[in-house]
Amino acid sequence: MTANPAPAVTVDDLVKVYGEARAVDGISFALPRGTVTGLLGGNGAGKTTTISMIMGLTEPTSGRITVLGVEMPRQRYQVLHRMNFESPYVDLPHRLTVRQNLTVFGKLYGVADVRGRIATLGEQLDLTEFLDRPAGKLSSGQKTRVALAKALINEPEVLLLDEPTASLDPDTADWVRSHLETFRHERGATILLASHNMAEVERLCESVIIMKRGRIEDHDTPGRLLTRYGRATLEEVFLDVARGTGGIHEAAQ
Amino acid sequence: MSPMQSGLSIRRINAMVLRYWYVLRSSWPRILDLMYWPAVQMCMWGLLQLYLSQNSGFFARAAGTFIGAVMLWDILFRGQLGFSISFLEEMWARNIGNLMISPLRPIEFVASLMIMSLVRLAIGMVPVTLLAIAFFGFNLYSLGFALAAFFLNLLLTSWAVGIVVSGLILRHGMGAESLAWGIMFMILPFSAVYYPIAVLPEFLQPISWLLPPTYVFEGMRALLIDKTFRADLMIQAFALNAVYFSVAVFAFVQLLNSARRHGTLMQGVE
Repeated sequence: MTANPAPAVTVDDLVKVYGEARAVDGISFALPRGTVTGLLGGNGAGKTTTISMIMGLTEPTSGRITVLGVEMPRQRYQVLHRMNFESPYVDLPHRLTVRQNLTVFGKLYGVADVRGRIATLGEQLDLTEFLDRPAGKLSSGQKTRVALAKALINEPEVLLLDEPTASLDPDTADWVRSHLETFRHERGATILLASHNMAEVERLCESVIIMKRGRIEDHDTPGRLLTRYGRATLEEVFLDVARGTGGIHEAAQ
Repeated sequence: MSPMQSGLSIRRINAMVLRYWYVLRSSWPRILDLMYWPAVQMCMWGLLQLYLSQNSGFFARAAGTFIGAVMLWDILFRGQLGFSISFLEEMWARNIGNLMISPLRPIEFVASLMIMSLVRLAIGMVPVTLLAIAFFGFNLYSLGFALAAFFLNLLLTSWAVGIVVSGLILRHGMGAESLAWGIMFMILPFSAVYYPIAVLPEFLQPISWLLPPTYVFEGMRALLIDKTFRADLMIQAFALNAVYFSVAVFAFVQLLNSARRHGTLMQGVE
């Protein structure tokens, strides 16, 4: 029997206060290595703030975060080259071509063979034909794929995704999900996925964290959540939690 | 670990310089803009100097003080603007979040902005200095070692101001953008650019002596009018610049830390 490896990410009693508002209110969870975890919650639930703190972009008010055994944000520079992030709320310079953008980030992340890595990502993400086009002249679907290429440029061990398929048509969104599954299996990466798309979470995630008003309301596998709430879909579970309606059936069974 | 910790990577600095170079070369209006305004300024002040020198014995003797002043002022102003505009490119592109989660250290970011300030300055100012020779017979390069001392001091001041302004924009968002365009004009009247410090009201003169550019412009006049290189002025300017540059870096770190505490890095441009 092999020893259970330490989780890729641990979050312990994390709090973030802005003035009077508690954006994140004492949450704790761990992301086992090689797993995909969904982070669900309505607007203002604290998902983006949580991700931002895990990346070291926002400093927690209190609590502790470790990523790959390294304490964040204090020791962030020991681990930032092993993680990456994608969000529709940050952008890539529009005037630079896709290739120029990826070259800059490849060099920033210390990728050994930047040219080769861009060629590989170009093929995998179907970017080859517009590698030399300015990033600002791409469609939203193409931009999302470029942002994903930037997030994968360093083959991260920990990947944080904030609504990666928002604004994509169903075909492109499905295509992005397939690629994430492939990447996760090939690289053994740990992924934290904030999403409003419940079908996406059901398909990709082994475990789901549901947040509401800065707190974790529930954390379990999709299957166990469905059983416990007596629901057929995660969307129904999400609505139960968000509206405070519905009951937990497991105890009664 | 401090955000300005050691572990400087030339590769990451090069990556950022490359990023700004890509932007610059992708747009000829940007390159033209770098040269156009310094050239217009130089021509205007050069013509004024010409007119005054034809009508006044003093200005005939003090040939080049206006045109020299406007070019040195442009080094100060364009140096800071070159630093700040490169920084603003990240804010306009909503790219600051991507950079701040990458392994790029703040000190490397600042170093790349300083290099780009030099590059932009060279593109803008070298043609202007050549035009000054051609149109007005004023050769800035004839100042020799003194020019190097003037240049270095002005550049250090421009970077110190650029670093603080960038920190303020990181912390307060694009509401602080106007500082990047106008802050140098706040110190212009007190820096004795076009007139000696002695013409300022007495109560303002101590304030003026707190500004390193004052020593440079006084030094320039001493060189052009009295043909004397004032090493004492340059040493005092360096000493002040060393203090201000250190304070600027410290302020940048504090503002960056404050931005992390307030979550403004994630909010980006708002």
